[in-house]
Amino acid sequence: MAVLSISRLGPPITIALLTIPVLAGLIGTVLPALGYLPALGGHGFSLKPFGMLLAEPGILLSAWLSLVTGLSASFAALIIVMLFLAAASPKTISRVSAIMSPLLSIPHAAAAFGLAFLIAPTGMLARIISPELTGWQSPPDLLIVNDAMGLTLMAGLIAKELPFLLLIALAALPQLAVRKSRHISASFGYGRVIGFILTVWPGLYRQIRLGVFAVLAFSTSVVDMAIILGPQSPATLAVRLVGWMNDPDLSLRFVAAAGALMQLFVTVTAFAIWLGLEMIGLRLRAFIAANGIRMSHDKALRIIGVSAIVLPALALFGGLITLAIWSVSGLWQFPDAVPSSLTLKGWVQVVPRLTGPLITTLQLGVTASIIAGLLAVLCLMREDETRASQTFVQRHSLTIIYLPLLVPQAAFLFGLQFLFVSFQIDGMFLSLLATHLVFVTPYVFLSLSDPWRAFDRRFLSVSAALGKSAWQSFVKVRGPMLLKAILSAVALGFAVSAAQYLATILVGAGRLTTITTEAVALSSGGNRRVIGIYAFVQMLLPVVVFAIASLIPAYLSRNRRGLTGQ
Amino acid sequence: MITTGLTLQNIEIALNGRQLVSINRHVEPGEILSVMGPSGSGKSSFFAYLAGFLDPAFKASGTVLVDGKDITGLPAYQRHLGLLFQDSLLFPHMDVAGNLLFALPPEVKGKAIRRAHVEAALKEIGLEGFGSRDTDTLSGGQKARVALMRTLLSQPKALLLDEPFSKLDTELRVQMRQLVFATTKRLKLPVVLVTHDEADAIAANSAIIRLTL
Repeated sequence: MAVLSISRLGPPITIALLTIPVLAGLIGTVLPALGYLPALGGHGFSLKPFGMLLAEPGILLSAWLSLVTGLSASFAALIIVMLFLAAASPKTISRVSAIMSPLLSIPHAAAAFGLAFLIAPTGMLARIISPELTGWQSPPDLLIVNDAMGLTLMAGLIAKELPFLLLIALAALPQLAVRKSRHISASFGYGRVIGFILTVWPGLYRQIRLGVFAVLAFSTSVVDMAIILGPQSPATLAVRLVGWMNDPDLSLRFVAAAGALMQLFVTVTAFAIWLGLEMIGLRLRAFIAANGIRMSHDKALRIIGVSAIVLPALALFGGLITLAIWSVSGLWQFPDAVPSSLTLKGWVQVVPRLTGPLITTLQLGVTASIIAGLLAVLCLMREDETRASQTFVQRHSLTIIYLPLLVPQAAFLFGLQFLFVSFQIDGMFLSLLATHLVFVTPYVFLSLSDPWRAFDRRFLSVSAALGKSAWQSFVKVRGPMLLKAILSAVALGFAVSAAQYLATILVGAGRLTTITTEAVALSSGGNRRVIGIYAFVQMLLPVVVFAIASLIPAYLSRNRRGLTGQ
Repeated sequence: MITTGLTLQNIEIALNGRQLVSINRHVEPGEILSVMGPSGSGKSSFFAYLAGFLDPAFKASGTVLVDGKDITGLPAYQRHLGLLFQDSLLFPHMDVAGNLLFALPPEVKGKAIRRAHVEAALKEIGLEGFGSRDTDTLSGGQKARVALMRTLLSQPKALLLDEPFSKLDTELRVQMRQLVFATTKRLKLPVVLVTHDEADAIAANSAIIRLTL
C-alpha cells in the first residue's frame, strides 16, 4: 500500500511543479506590462509600458522577424520530415534516424556555433573552396551569419528541429499500418510519395501535432540560437527582451514585460496561422484525393525528400567537427583549410575558467533529470493503477505536462524572474533547479511514456501471482526490464537541462552560470578558439551522458539476449 | 464445514450493461474446469477477475473462495493463485535460476537451501544444470517447463491457465498438456483452464463451461 500512496502524489506534484511557475510567470509578466511593479515605482495600472515598447526603434520588425523565421523554419522542417518519410525506404529511414538521434541531444547553442563556423565568410566551407575555386585570398565581405532576413537563423532552426520532428514521427509510426497503406495506394497506381501523404500522413500528423506546436512555440521565441545566428539590427523580439531585462536602466524592465506579452502574441499568431495552414493542407489533400491525381512519376520528389534531410544533418556534423578543430588550432589563417599547427594552449587557458560553470551544469542536469525521472515514473505508475476508472478530467490532466512546451519561454520566464527577484530567491540553486524542471520533466515524461505503456503487463500479473507486491514488482521486474528506457529518458532530461539558456540566464541572475550561458556570452567576442572549446564541451556533455545511460543497461544485460534485442 | 478446492460463487461480469459471464461452480482439488468461448465472450475477463486484475471498466460481482477462504477482496499478490499464459513470460533480465528463486516463497530461508530447492526443481523438469542459462537461449518447450515450475514453486493454492498451450507446436502441445495435467492432479491443485481449443478440454478430461457472444 505504501507504493499506492506515494504514486498517488505523482500527478498532483508534477502538475503543480509545471503549471505554477508557468501561470505565476505569466501573471508576473502581465502586471509589470500594465505598469504595476511596486519595487520599481510602478504602483498604478497604465498602458505606458506598451507605449514605451512601441517607441523602441524597429520593434515591429523584430516581432515580424520572430514570426517569420519561427514559422518558416517549423513549416520547412515538417515538410522535409514528411517528404523524407514518404520517399525513403525503411532501410534508409533507420539509417538516417541513427545519425539523427545524437544530433537531438546537442544543445541549440552548440549547433548554432557549428553552423556559424561552417558557413561564415571565414568558415570551413569558404576555406575548402578557396582560393582554388573562388580566388578569395581574404574572406569575402558578405553578411551570411546574422543576415538581416534571418535566413541563417532559419537554417539553424530547421537543422536542429529536424531530428526532433523525425524522432517523434518515428515513435508514432509503428502504430499505423504503413506497409499495408503503401501497398494499397500503390495498387491504385499512386506514386510512393503522394500515396504516403494521402494515406499514412494524416494519422501520423495527428499523433505528432502536439510536438509540432512545441517546435513552433520554441522557434518563434528562441534566444540562444538567435543571438548567435540571427539578425542584429534589429534582432528578433526574444533577443531584444533579454537585452532590456539585463539593462542597467531599470525602467526598461517595463518594456521587457510588455515585450514578453508581445512575444506571447507573436507565438499565438504563429499558432493561428498554422491552423490556417492545416486547413489549406486538408483542402489540398481532399482535392488531390477526390481528383485521383496519381503523381506516379515522383522520382525527383523522392530524391528531394531524402537529400533535404541528409544535408542539414551533414551540415551539423560538419559544423561540430569544425568546432572541435578550432578548439585545438594554433594559427589558422584564411584561406587555409586546416590550421598550420595544433595546440592545447587554448584548453589549458580555458579549463580553469570553465570548471565552475561545468560543475553547475552537472549539478543542475543530474538533479533535475533524476527528479524528473522519478516524477515521470510515479505519474505513469499512477496511470496504471487508475486506468479506466478515471474521470475525463483525470485522464486528461497529464496533458498539462506539455504546457511548458507550448507557452513561449520568454513570455513566462520574465515574469517568473520578477517574482524570484521580489522574493529575493533569484540566483539560488533551488530556484534555478525548479525552473529547469519545468522544461526537463515534459521531455522525460514524453520519452518514457511510450516504452512504459508498451510494457507487457502480463509480466506484472505473473509477478503478482508469485506473491510480489506492486512495489516489489516494480523494483524486481518492471524497473530492471525498462532500465534502458528509464535511463535514456533521464539522459534526455540531462541534455535538456544542459541546453537551457534563457531560464539559466534569467533565474541564475549571473551568479549561476552554465557552459551554455558562458558559450552564448562569448559569441559577441568572436574568439573562435575559446568558443570552439566551450561549444565542444557543450556538445560533449550530453553525448557522454547518453553513452553512460546506454552502457549501464548494456553491461547489466550483457548475457540477456531477451533484453538486448539480438 | 471445511471445503477444499476453488469455489466460484455467482460470478457475474458485465461490460456496458451487457452480461458476459455468469458462473456458479466448485472445482475440487485435482479437478480441472475448462471455460471455453470465442474471443470477446468474456473468458479473459473471467480469468482476470479470478486473478485479481480485472479492468475496472467491467462490472463484476461474486465470491471466489480458496479452500473455503474468501479471496475476492484481496489484491492479486495475496491470492496465491498460480498463472500460466500462452507465452512463458520468463523474466528476461534474470537467468533460469533467478526466475525460480523469484517465485520461491520467502519462508524458504537460507541461500544454500533456496538454491537446493531450485536445483531439485530443475531436475524434476529435466533441466538439471540449466540454472545459470539466459532464458532467451532456451527452446520453446524448455521455456514452457520453466514457466510451469516457476508457478508451482510459489506454492499456489489453485492454478489459472490462459490458453497455455496455444503457441506451442503440435507435438510439444501434447507433451505439455500431459505434464501440466499430470502435475496438477498429483499436487491436488484445482485448475481453471481458459481456452478456445476443444482439444485442451478433451485432454484435460474436464468439465466444460461454454461462454457465448
